[in-house]
Amino acid sequence: MAVLDRVDAPASPARATGAARRRRPWRDRLPPVVAALGLLAAWQLGAWAFGLPIYIAPTPIQVARTLVTELPVLLRNFGPTAVESLIGFLIGNTVAILVAVVFVHSKRLEAAFYPIAVFINTIPVLAKAPILVLIFGLGMTSKIVIAAFICFFPTLANMVRGLQSVNPPSLELMRVLSASRAEVFWKLRVPSSLPFLFSALKIASTTSVLGAIVGEWIGADLGLGALIIEATHNFRSPLLYATIFLASGWAVVFFAVIGFFERRVVTWKPGEAP
Amino acid sequence: MPGIPAAPAVRLERATVRFVSERGAVTALDRVSVEIPAGGFVTLLGPSGCGKSTLLRLIADLVPATEGQVTVLGGTPASARATRQLGFVFQDSTLLPWRSALANVRLPLEVGPRKGETAGRRTPGELLRLVGLGGREAALPHELSGGMRQRVAIARALVTEPRLLLMDEPFGALDEITRDSLNEELLRIWQETVTTIVFVTHSIPEAVFLSQQVLVLATNPGRVRELVDCALPYPRPVGIRETTAFVRVAARLRALLETC
Repeated sequence: MAVLDRVDAPASPARATGAARRRRPWRDRLPPVVAALGLLAAWQLGAWAFGLPIYIAPTPIQVARTLVTELPVLLRNFGPTAVESLIGFLIGNTVAILVAVVFVHSKRLEAAFYPIAVFINTIPVLAKAPILVLIFGLGMTSKIVIAAFICFFPTLANMVRGLQSVNPPSLELMRVLSASRAEVFWKLRVPSSLPFLFSALKIASTTSVLGAIVGEWIGADLGLGALIIEATHNFRSPLLYATIFLASGWAVVFFAVIGFFERRVVTWKPGEAP
Repeated sequence: MPGIPAAPAVRLERATVRFVSERGAVTALDRVSVEIPAGGFVTLLGPSGCGKSTLLRLIADLVPATEGQVTVLGGTPASARATRQLGFVFQDSTLLPWRSALANVRLPLEVGPRKGETAGRRTPGELLRLVGLGGREAALPHELSGGMRQRVAIARALVTEPRLLLMDEPFGALDEITRDSLNEELLRIWQETVTTIVFVTHSIPEAVFLSQQVLVLATNPGRVRELVDCALPYPRPVGIRETTAFVRVAARLRALLETC
């Protein structure tokens, strides 16, 4: 921001509106907050007006109360899910980045293995999960593997595209400078790929939570996925809703953290080659 | 600079460049023979497709010669490139968007076989001041105007202290006012840095204003039409564009281009 403030003449209208937005954040954040509160109020009033039984549709107040009273149970189940999604996220993305680097350096390996990666990606996670639980057991390992799998493909596809997104004149510049292959990779390809990588990481941050939960559905003693199954079977709807709320909240926090790092790292405007 | 009899900076002998495209073989340059004197300022002028950019890229070792001989600074284009004696300024500035102006100027010192060598007498910061961008070291490229970005690109090309500076329509995308002021600055920089400059343009006034000699190229296939002397004294003030001598050279170039 300090850099932007020193600029005397705006280089583009897009930046000017960006600065304006930072100056009055409440005006941009107000509409979604009002809309969310309005929907919650309508839900609460609707449940009262139609007299719906609690196991079909608990009211927001009942869900909020459950969040407090059942907090120990929720937190005990939240731990494994958070760990599984986090480790799965790290493993899946790390492997995807490494494979993307290999693909970019070897057209032959890319041609051989990319279709296989696409094929594995087309198998729905609900079909993949039981297979992986059979292989890796009912513990956390199988959930970590499922979360890693679900992160893998979007990051691979984006990273391959990102590493290849270097514009040709920049490559000519590096040639004039007699830059080595490694220098072109680190100084040109890797930075060019970062906007693509962060788009993929934001997708992966939410899907890794989804992967961990789906894995827990198939078979687990602990975890938000296991709790969802248990609460549904016992008609404990307020607990079910509270669990979903917690799972979504975790995914949103995860997403926001990645977004925070993205703004720190990608300070330029991608897609524009000055 | 002038008056020193030295080996030519660039020497082409019947240099031919052919590309193979979908429509078959295209001759971009046909048996071009020319000598560019050391310390000189030579402009390549011609209509689109006359091969002026190809000629520049041939000197920079970005395209190979199909036939003929190319000598750059006494060796092959590849050796001149590998020993970092070439600077190249592209039509679009090709700054790395994630690097500040200063870090972009520093890039050539961070890559290549002779990186880390602080051969330059001028530091990146001094070069930014030389091109009139002192105080904007931290600015990212998208925060700079097109003219400022080209200034950064020129500073970057100068950081290795090249003996030969190749410029491929560097001001082609700029408005006329910016272009005129950058032309003046380029002449000042040329006289301060003592390099040979080969400059590509399709603007007649720009060619006359800048150069000692204008190499007029004809199209289809790209070949040398004529080498025209611009015997106007340096330093050249902006007002030189209205003098008879200037107008006469410009008229001669225009007449040549019409028969290309």
